[in-house]
Amino acid sequence: MNKYLTCALNWVDERFPLTANWKAHLSEYYAPKNFNFWYYFGSLAMLVLVLQIVTGIFLTMHYKPDAALAFASVEYIMRDVSWGWLIRYMHSTGASMFFVVVYLHMFRGLLYGSYRNPRELIWLFGVAIFLCLMGEAFFGYLLPWGQMSYWGAQVIVNLFATIPFVGPDVAEWLRGDYLVSDATLNRFFAFHVIALPLVLLGLVAAHIIALHEVGSNNPDGIEIKKNKDPVTGIPLDGIPFHPYYTVKDIVGVAVFLIVFSAIVFFAPEMGGYFLEANNFVPADSLKTPAHIAPVWYFTPYYSILRAVPPLFNSQFPGVVAMGLSVMIFAALPWLDKSPVKSIRYRGAQYKGWLVAFVVSFLILGYLGTEPSNVWGQFGANVPVLGGADRATVVARMLTVVYFLFFALMPWYTKRDKTKPVPERVTG
Amino acid sequence: MKKLLFMFGLLLSLTVQANEDVHLDKAPINPSNLPSLQRGAKVFVNYCLNCHSATSMRYNRLKDIGLTDEQIKANLLFAGEKVGETMQVGMKPRDAKAWFGAPPPDLSVIARSRTPDWLYTYLRGFYRDETRPTGWNNVAFANVGMPHALWELQGEQHLQVQEIKDAEGNKVESHHLVLAKPGKMAPAEYDAMVADLVNYLTFMAEPAKSKRLQLGIIVLLALAFFFMIAFALKKEFWKDVH
Repeated sequence: MNKYLTCALNWVDERFPLTANWKAHLSEYYAPKNFNFWYYFGSLAMLVLVLQIVTGIFLTMHYKPDAALAFASVEYIMRDVSWGWLIRYMHSTGASMFFVVVYLHMFRGLLYGSYRNPRELIWLFGVAIFLCLMGEAFFGYLLPWGQMSYWGAQVIVNLFATIPFVGPDVAEWLRGDYLVSDATLNRFFAFHVIALPLVLLGLVAAHIIALHEVGSNNPDGIEIKKNKDPVTGIPLDGIPFHPYYTVKDIVGVAVFLIVFSAIVFFAPEMGGYFLEANNFVPADSLKTPAHIAPVWYFTPYYSILRAVPPLFNSQFPGVVAMGLSVMIFAALPWLDKSPVKSIRYRGAQYKGWLVAFVVSFLILGYLGTEPSNVWGQFGANVPVLGGADRATVVARMLTVVYFLFFALMPWYTKRDKTKPVPERVTG
Repeated sequence: MKKLLFMFGLLLSLTVQANEDVHLDKAPINPSNLPSLQRGAKVFVNYCLNCHSATSMRYNRLKDIGLTDEQIKANLLFAGEKVGETMQVGMKPRDAKAWFGAPPPDLSVIARSRTPDWLYTYLRGFYRDETRPTGWNNVAFANVGMPHALWELQGEQHLQVQEIKDAEGNKVESHHLVLAKPGKMAPAEYDAMVADLVNYLTFMAEPAKSKRLQLGIIVLLALAFFFMIAFALKKEFWKDVH
C-alpha cells in the first residue's frame, strides 16, 4: 500500500479501531460458505433502509406536514421539484419493497432455524426491527394526506379505543384531537422522520453486533465454529465475509435494483397495491370511503382483526389477536423444541405446519385487501354457516391455523422424525 | 362518536358502492398523440376549468404536449393569468357548495383516483332526469351533483330501462342510453372529443409519466450491464471456494 496511506491509517488506528473493526466485521468475519438464495435479504434490507433514509431526506425538503398543504405538497414534489417524482416513487416503492425483503428475510429464519440458540437475541432484535418498521410504515402512510391515509389512520388509532375502560382516552391522546387532524399529521411526521428512524438504526446496529458475536447460521443449521482449523483457529467451513460475500451481495443488489426499478419506472402504483387510487383524493373527514383496506403488508394481520368475532359488543378480542399475531414471532426460539435447526433435516410434521402457516398467511393477506363479502355468502340452507360471509369463515379457520403453527410447535417439533445432521456443511 | 367511526372503519368495508358495478367503456386514449392531448387541453380549459380547478397543474407544463408559451398565452389564458401559474378557478368553494351540494373536486389527479375508463364512461353517461335538481343524472355516478356541462355538444340522452331475462331466466333491468335530442356533434365526434379530454386528464394526472417510461428503459439497460459485471466479479472471486 502507498506509504502515505499506511501512515495515515496508522495515525487513525492509534486513535480509533478502524482496522480492528474492518477485520472483525468484514475481512476476518467468517461466514459459512454455503449461503444460498435466502441469504441475500439481510443485506438488501440494509440497502432499502439507506434508500428510504436518503429519499426521505429529500422528500422532507419539500413536503409540508400541514393538513391544509400536505396533499398539494406531494403533488408539488411530483411535478415542480426536479426529479421529485423519481424520489417520491423510490420512497413509496421502497416502503413496500422493505416489507418484501424483510418478510423473505424472516422466512429464511423459519426455514433454517436462525432464531435458535445461540441466536435468540438476534431474533428478538429482528422482531423489534419488524415492529418498528410497521410503525414507520403506518406513520408514513398518513403523510400524503389522501383518503386512504386518513381513514387508514382513523381505523388503526381507533383500535386503541377498544381497550376496555381507558380506550377512548388513549385514542384521543394518540391523535391529539377528537379525530385525525392537523395535530395527528404533525406528530406522525415527527415519529416518521426522526423518532422511529433513530430507533430503527439503533436496533439494526444491535442486530448486526449480536450476529457478529455468535456468527451466522447457514442452510444446514450447523455451527461452523465447532470445526476450526487447529492452527489458525478459523472455521473450516467459513470464508471471510469480505471479499466473498460482499461481491456476492453486490450481485443480489443488481438483481434487486432491476426489480425495484422495473416497479418505480413502469408500475409505481403496482396495480393499486403500492399506491392506492383512493389516496389520490385529498383526505376528507366527512366522507368515509366505501372500502377501507390497509396497504398489502398489513393485510394478514388486518384479516385476523376482522376474523375474530366481537365479545360483549367489543372488538377488543380482535385487536388482541392482531397484536398477538405479530408479537408471537418473538416466542419462536422457545417454542421450537426440535433437535435440528434446518428444514433440510426436519421431519414431515414441521414441513407440513410451515406450509400450512405460509398458505394461511398468504390467503389472509389476500382477504385483507378485499371486502369481507368478496366470496359471497353461504346459502341459507347450509347448517350453522347459513348467510355468513364465506371469506370471513375462511379467515377464521386460517386464523386458527396461523396461531396453531405457534401454539402446537413445542409438541410437533419434539415428536417429529428428524434426519441425522452432517458434521460439516454440505454446500 | 368514536365507536361509530370505528364501526365505520371496520364494518362499512363490507358494503360495496353500487356504482362500482357499472360497466366501464375502455377509453381509447394514446398518451403519445400530441394533437389529441392539445385538443383535450382546449376542451378542458374551455369547459371544465370554469368550475373545476387543477391547482397542481401549471399552464406552462403544457409545453410537454408540444405547445409554446405564446400558444398557451394566446389560446388558453382568458383571465390575465401568467403562464407559470397553476390552473385556479374564480368560484368560491362556499358558493360552489351552495350551488352543487359539494364543491367540484380539483381535477389535477382525477385520472389517478378515478381511472381513464371511468372518466370516459362518466363523461358520456349523462342523461335527462327531471327528479334531480340539475335536471341531469349519470350512469357511472348515480345522483351526481354535476350538471352535464357538455350537453350542447352531445345533446340529450334518456335512460331506457327494459326488463329482460338473464342466462338463468331471472328478470333483470337492462339500462340503455338513447340520444333523444342531438347536439352540435355527431355521437362519434362527441366520443372522440371526450377521448381527447380523457387523454389530457390522464396526462395532467402525471405529467412526468412519459419521461418516467423513457428513463426506465435506460436505467434497466444500465442495471443489466451492472449485473453482468457484478456476476463476473463474483464468479472470479469464488473460483477458490469449495
